[in-house]
Amino acid sequence: MNNDLFGFEINIWLDAAARMGLITGVMTVVVMGLIYIERKIIARFQMRLGPTRTGPMGLMQSLADALKLVGKEDLRPAGADPWVFELAVYFVFVPVFMMFVAIPFALNWEVRVLELGLFYVVAVSSINIVGLVMAGWASDNRYAMIGGLRAAAQAISYEIPLVLALLAVAMVAGSLNLTEIVAGQGRVPLIVWQPLAFAIFYIAMLAEMGRTPFDIAVGESETAGGPHIEYSGIRWSMFFLAEYAALFLLCLIASAVFLGGWAWPLGEDLGRGWQFALTAIKTGLLIFSVFWVRVTMPRLRIDQLMSFSWKVLLPLSFVQILVNGLVLVYDWPDLLLLATGGAGVVLLFVVIDRGVRRPRPRPAPLAAAESEAVA
Amino acid sequence: MDTLFGNYVAVLLASVVGFMMVMSALLGSRLLAPFSKERQKGTTYECGMLPIRRASTNVGMRFYLYAIIFIIFDVEAVFIFPWALSFVDMPGAPSAMAYWEMVIFVGILGVGLAYAWKKGALQWR
Repeated sequence: MNNDLFGFEINIWLDAAARMGLITGVMTVVVMGLIYIERKIIARFQMRLGPTRTGPMGLMQSLADALKLVGKEDLRPAGADPWVFELAVYFVFVPVFMMFVAIPFALNWEVRVLELGLFYVVAVSSINIVGLVMAGWASDNRYAMIGGLRAAAQAISYEIPLVLALLAVAMVAGSLNLTEIVAGQGRVPLIVWQPLAFAIFYIAMLAEMGRTPFDIAVGESETAGGPHIEYSGIRWSMFFLAEYAALFLLCLIASAVFLGGWAWPLGEDLGRGWQFALTAIKTGLLIFSVFWVRVTMPRLRIDQLMSFSWKVLLPLSFVQILVNGLVLVYDWPDLLLLATGGAGVVLLFVVIDRGVRRPRPRPAPLAAAESEAVA
Repeated sequence: MDTLFGNYVAVLLASVVGFMMVMSALLGSRLLAPFSKERQKGTTYECGMLPIRRASTNVGMRFYLYAIIFIIFDVEAVFIFPWALSFVDMPGAPSAMAYWEMVIFVGILGVGLAYAWKKGALQWR
């Protein structure tokens, strides 16, 4: 069995290895770049300069950090479970890396065209929850334990709206194959037909990554770093690497599924360079918006966080799926999808607005006593 | 190119490459970083105090509640996936019927969610 790579017929194993090698390189560079860019952007938002000393404009900062982390002593608590503690790092990083297999970067430029690409991505992405729980449990530290459990509770709560939002889009696109979904958006991106699904996906994506409005698991003021509290040096940096790789990857998926990836607005007529540029621009804008959210929003409380997923996002995503089904079965005009989706987005914002304006409930004595026992 | 085997060869390789990336980083650190045996380094961080007892104590019940509800809805999502792609051109059945059947299925789970909501299982306490 042979495969076609750059016009050469080569063995499928070699082909896959070559493509994975490319992805590895791209991912490492992008992640290092993202860390630098995030620091710069956040500094600008806060009227600071950010890193300036290492190299021209501080460009070497990530490299310097990486070298420092490699050279740092790697501690393991005496009471930690050695196997689980060590393996947690792999469980957090490897699934994120595996998701790159299905991502289309340009026409015919992906590692593999998986027929169930969207399903594969969703399935693999949830493995790293296990890694966080392992890290939290094995560290023999109460902060880590609570952080790990909170991370798991949060990730599983937002998993379902995330999956259902992607499913709603797949219904309209009529495929789970990421390449086909992108190719089908040559004229109109799917965000136009599914604005509510995009809003739900975006929020759930932030929660899955544990980024700022949803970072209670690692919140410094509450759990002092959460599951990674006992990790140091290179192992800690693996968590960091996985987080930024997940950021890059989820934004890639969002840009492919909702914003038309390489296809919108000019279809397949464009050259490969432009297709790469389109993917990069859309992904970059999404990543920038994530950074923007991080500097703007305060951290949610855990009760707000859980209720928001189960009481708002989950029912809305089910309604979205049923409405999609209705429109598709009876062949009603597509504009109805836009209208209902738009109404849903308005409803979502009204609910969020009401939620943040509501005064904080005073905890009952019983509840306070309970939470003191073991959180 | 599009053979199933060829596709999942890449998935297998991705997991191996990811594993090797982490392992090489850990090995690099093993070679470069200093290591010293010192008993105090094995203690865990807890506000500067020495921690009392192991940390793996009982876990709050509410985590289990969320986990149970999660499993129900996750299994449901798996059921909806094949339906969502095939209900429009369902072979041997009118598509409207396939749609209303799924409405009933989601409706039953919706009732379940409403029950959990009313019972306060969705409220973090």
